[in-house]
Amino acid sequence: MLEFKEVTKQFEGNDYPSVHKLNLKIERGEFVVFIGPSGCGKTTTMKMINRLIEPSSGEILVDGVNVLKQNAVQLRRSIGYVIQQIGLMPHMTVGENISLVGSLLKWNKEKQQKRAKELISLVDLPEEYLNRYPHELSGGQQQRIGVLRALAVNPPLILMDEPFGALDPITRDSLQEEFKKLQREMDKTIVFVTHDMDEAIKLADKIVIMNKGEIVQAGTPDDILRHPANEFVEDFIGKDRLLESRPEVTRVEQIMNPNPITIEEESSLKEAIQKMHAKRVDSLLVVDESGILKGYVDIEMIDSNYKKKNQVYEVMDTAKYAVDKNSLLRDTMYRMLRSGSSYVPVVTDNNKLAGIVTRATLADMVYNTIWGDETAEGSAIE
Amino acid sequence: MSIWEQFTTYVSQNGFYIWTEFYRHFLMAAYGVLFASIVSIPIGVLIARYGKLSGWVLTLGSIIQTIPVLGFMAITMVAMGLGTTTVITTVFFYSLLPIIQNTYVGITGVDQTVKEAAYASGMTRFQLLFKVELPLAVSVMMAGIRTALVVGIGVVAIGTFVGAGGLGSIIVRGTNATDGTAIILAGAVPTALMAIAADLIMGKIERMLNPVKN
Ligand SMILES: Nc1ncnc2c1ncn2[C@@H]1O[C@H](COP(=O)(O)OP(=O)(O)OP(=O)(O)O)[C@@H](O)[C@H]1O
Ligand SMILES: [Mg+2]
Repeated sequence: MLEFKEVTKQFEGNDYPSVHKLNLKIERGEFVVFIGPSGCGKTTTMKMINRLIEPSSGEILVDGVNVLKQNAVQLRRSIGYVIQQIGLMPHMTVGENISLVGSLLKWNKEKQQKRAKELISLVDLPEEYLNRYPHELSGGQQQRIGVLRALAVNPPLILMDEPFGALDPITRDSLQEEFKKLQREMDKTIVFVTHDMDEAIKLADKIVIMNKGEIVQAGTPDDILRHPANEFVEDFIGKDRLLESRPEVTRVEQIMNPNPITIEEESSLKEAIQKMHAKRVDSLLVVDESGILKGYVDIEMIDSNYKKKNQVYEVMDTAKYAVDKNSLLRDTMYRMLRSGSSYVPVVTDNNKLAGIVTRATLADMVYNTIWGDETAEGSAIE
Repeated sequence: MSIWEQFTTYVSQNGFYIWTEFYRHFLMAAYGVLFASIVSIPIGVLIARYGKLSGWVLTLGSIIQTIPVLGFMAITMVAMGLGTTTVITTVFFYSLLPIIQNTYVGITGVDQTVKEAAYASGMTRFQLLFKVELPLAVSVMMAGIRTALVVGIGVVAIGTFVGAGGLGSIIVRGTNATDGTAIILAGAVPTALMAIAADLIMGKIERMLNPVKN
């Protein structure tokens, strides 16, 4: 459908090429999302597809034909394009804006109007809006009209440059859903640019991460989350997402609760019980005055020894194992689940208590992986 | 008799004559501006597209503007003889700058992203010009034509010196008569009214053509 071969674009007067030796193949029906820092060449790449910018070298093939060998005007009419700055015609009504390409293709008026009505209902705007002028619409509404303009004549290939940037999260969410559905049903090939990794993960069949005019990594969202090619990609994806999606490389320290409930070994059993009661837990980690983990004590031990012993250190169990804070979560999880223990203390290398991982912590993490909740950080610490 | 009585008497007795000169006056201004528009708008469009020319053309236009009208008309008369042609030609030259300038400003003022969107939708250069640039620039262009017309009405008032008639000839007649103040007014007041009316009406048209309606 679309293929880049060694495509380079060097603007006159720039020191570095804006796009450098780009190679990429996009299949029919694929939803490809370009993402990368500002100025990395996303828009330039996109504009070279419909010849708003011509490459300095290399080839771009649409359906196997070099775009430079095609008539630029016809090429553009056959490719939908949502420009980054919306760019509605201020002197045309919303309806005329939506029908712009249709009118250039000499569609008759009825066909144009019918299509415009069909489309506007798609984005939850009332039909009356067709007779308004763009300046009477909010930024988000204008942006939706910009998207509709690109869809109007049903092009098989659509280029979208940050089309949902000006929308509130709720509208954006529903539009993303709608759009993804539409794309699957109508078998469109879409090249999409965004700054928003969540959006990319949600929509893309293939994510292309760019930096300084080059592709750093291209792959399915899953691929990229699981096997980021380098540190740049990792940084770009963000630690939170990595944590959510990769228990196999997450370290215990990242998810542990750093404030476990502890008791000093010299304390009395009475104090221990009071603390359990106050914190509503059934066991306490025992530490010495410098915070070194000594063992644990639970309600059964205290209950059976209450009459005979006074001090915590006399009844505590020292056999409980602890994990190092740098160990992999995957291993810890496995051991916890197998041994049936409900928590495991986390220590630094000199056996100083650093935190605790409980079954609740694990549940939170799994929950966040599945639901991708924005409370991820908060609940991991609680 | 007061000036006012003399004035009304003169006007009522010479109503038809004044009206004829008024009409003639207007037509000379209008023709000059019309021909200037026919030439200036394409020039404005061209220099808007090929920016390098714009400096030269606009400078040339302003140089014409600095020549005193009477002098300019005299030179034109040497080339074209007495009569309306000379006056219309003078109006023509004085109208070039405001119309070219406003066309240029109107078209270069069209938002770059709108143009890009138009290209991206598959417009040809001509479609871009006729469907986007001109419609968006038209009210600014009208403002230029309006200025040209008001200036032109003033220029034509001097046309009587090259034998072209117009309201200017009534004024000159008054200056030659003893006690001719009323006659001077009978020429000057309609000239002023015409300029004001032209300004108002063109202003209205300009607002009507404003593509972004409020
Ligand atoms: N017409 C131009 N002339 C010169 N340089 C340009 C031109 N267009 C873009 N550039 C340069 O090319 C580089 C890439 O620009 P591009 O617009 O493709 O970035 P982008 O990835 O779309 O950024 P953003 O996310 O901010 O939209 C930038 O350094 C920019 O300055
Ligand atoms: Mg961009």
